[in-house]
Amino acid sequence: MEILIIVTILVYMLSTAAYFAYLFLQKNNLQRIGYFILTAGILFHTVTIIAGFTKTGHLPVSDLRETLSLAAWAVAGVFLVIQSKYNLKILGIIAAPLVTLIMIVVSLLPSAPAQVSNIFKNFWLVSHVVAIFIGEASFALAGGLGVLYLLQENAIKTKKHRFFYKRLPSLDLLDITGYACIVVGFTLLTLGLITGFVYAKSIWGRFWSWDPKEVWSGITWIFYAILLHERLTVGWRGRKSAVMAIIGFGVLIFTFLGVNLLLEGHHREFTRF
Amino acid sequence: MSDIVLVGINHKTAPVELRECIAFSKEESVTAVQSLSLQPDLNEVILFSTCNRVEVLFVTDNKSRAISTTKEFIADFNKIPLEQFENVLYVHEGDEAVRHIFRVASSLDSMVVGEPQILGQIKDAYRTATAINTSGVILNRLFHRTFFVAKRIRTETGIGDRAVSISFAAVELGRKIFGTLAGKAVLLIGAGEMAELAVEHLIRNKAGDIYVANRTFENGVALAKKFNGQALRFEEITDCLKFIDIIISSTGSSDFVISRDQVKGILRVRRSRPLFFIDIAVPRDVDPAVNRLSNSYVYDIDDLKEVVDENMEDRQQEAVKAERIVDEAVINFRQWHASLDVVPTIIALRNKVQSITEAEIKKTLQSNKFPDSGAEALNKMAGSLINKILHDPTIFLKKNGMQTDKSLYIDAVRKLFKLDE
Repeated sequence: MEILIIVTILVYMLSTAAYFAYLFLQKNNLQRIGYFILTAGILFHTVTIIAGFTKTGHLPVSDLRETLSLAAWAVAGVFLVIQSKYNLKILGIIAAPLVTLIMIVVSLLPSAPAQVSNIFKNFWLVSHVVAIFIGEASFALAGGLGVLYLLQENAIKTKKHRFFYKRLPSLDLLDITGYACIVVGFTLLTLGLITGFVYAKSIWGRFWSWDPKEVWSGITWIFYAILLHERLTVGWRGRKSAVMAIIGFGVLIFTFLGVNLLLEGHHREFTRF
Repeated sequence: MSDIVLVGINHKTAPVELRECIAFSKEESVTAVQSLSLQPDLNEVILFSTCNRVEVLFVTDNKSRAISTTKEFIADFNKIPLEQFENVLYVHEGDEAVRHIFRVASSLDSMVVGEPQILGQIKDAYRTATAINTSGVILNRLFHRTFFVAKRIRTETGIGDRAVSISFAAVELGRKIFGTLAGKAVLLIGAGEMAELAVEHLIRNKAGDIYVANRTFENGVALAKKFNGQALRFEEITDCLKFIDIIISSTGSSDFVISRDQVKGILRVRRSRPLFFIDIAVPRDVDPAVNRLSNSYVYDIDDLKEVVDENMEDRQQEAVKAERIVDEAVINFRQWHASLDVVPTIIALRNKVQSITEAEIKKTLQSNKFPDSGAEALNKMAGSLINKILHDPTIFLKKNGMQTDKSLYIDAVRKLFKLDE
């Protein structure tokens, strides 16, 4: 298990290095290499997660270490999907380092003794966790794309056509891809919340219990709902949309980690370390 | 060994008044090459003439005579005295001639470094020469290397990557904003050569509907016809910003034609789809404050000039890489050309036959039990066989009467016996 994580990290690091080399040297082959290495990294990562699964017999999200690892896996997976659909070559420069960074944090966290717990065999709960994680990974990429959008927009507005102008794709592609990420993220977040409610009802007998995690998830959902609504009605696109995607990612990080670490609530045990 | 020589003038050595006197039209080039190839000292010859240069490339066994023949020919053909332009003619010999043609074809010697037309012009000249058979072994090889080098430079360096004209720079910017220009509506305000050129570039990039607004409606109608577009009245501009994506402005107006408030009001209706203003007019037509509005971008003539200057600088940097590729190719070509000489060819031929014989003798001796005396006799026989077989080809290659196209036979020998591997 430990060795698998280290191999995964090394492979992700290689991919990050390839993507950075691509950023500076602009050789298309480097980007392709980075992409293949990242795919290989995902395979190792999947093995790691399956290993955790077979060891405990349930989805490995029983402590912060496992939760983060699953989050990183979701980011890498969503990246592969988005990359193959939009062929946005530069996106790897956000995804690869992000995944690598999370995995390094994972490897530094102590591994809690494996616990046998029956709750993760519940269909609703597993759906809840998987949907939420993929949704959050999409929002993370949307935030990254927002940053790239602002860099490129700034280059065009200030007429300084240096480093980023040449390397980043058109504003339109960055905007559309970011929007796609938000749509995917929002859909899955919604599904995740619904399955969560169903699970809560079956366990605690009520859909909503004003738990801090629930409240913040609601806030996150409303935030992205506004973002999408405004885009569809008034046409919030471009800069505004990019800024909102970045702020949204901040809110998301707080909901994902901040609430568990700073506030009390019934999600707390999943981020124990 | 025959020499490669290049005689020419270009935009760096001669002013346009002189270049236009010496330039050859397409038909003239054909007759010129034909009569040049009939000169006794010119074994192979290719000529190309563009608005920026005239170059004559030839292979000769008598350099000085061939050079003066060529110079006089250019003077006679164009009917201007040689003294008038002899000081601006340059003459490159050997490696320098090879380097020059590589650099010209790769557009390193062009007025706008990296422009792509020159390669096509050289290809045409080469095609003409092969059609009337004035090029031979050496120039054929040289031109194939030239096209290879030019292609390599284009793919391996960024020499032709960035726009170096105002109108192309505008198109390039448009692509960075919109991704694709296909279907984007364009509005031309006013008229002017540069603005119209930009519109043409946009049309070539599959831009959508074209609109033309002019203070004098009649002029607008005429211009709109040219682009297959639609003429608008000046007062309609604000309203049209709702559906137009790219605005090219080039009027003589002393005030802003497009104000900030005008655009601000329209952005909401556009649902924030980006607007790109290309302001070519001096004084400016578009209020620079428009650039500060979200999703609208304004580039005036100075901004575009700056983009062009930066791109030029980039090309210069890429040209350094290109020069390295040229140097490499010159060395390779020199090696090939040197091998075309008689003596190295005879030596290579002898070495090849000798090594085959030695290998075969060794094999024979290993497989059969030969007495020592028998082995010696075998070696002796092999030696005289080699000498006898190679006697006639050697005499033929050394023969002085073969002056006219020695390289043809040497090349054939090298190919027949695969001496270049």
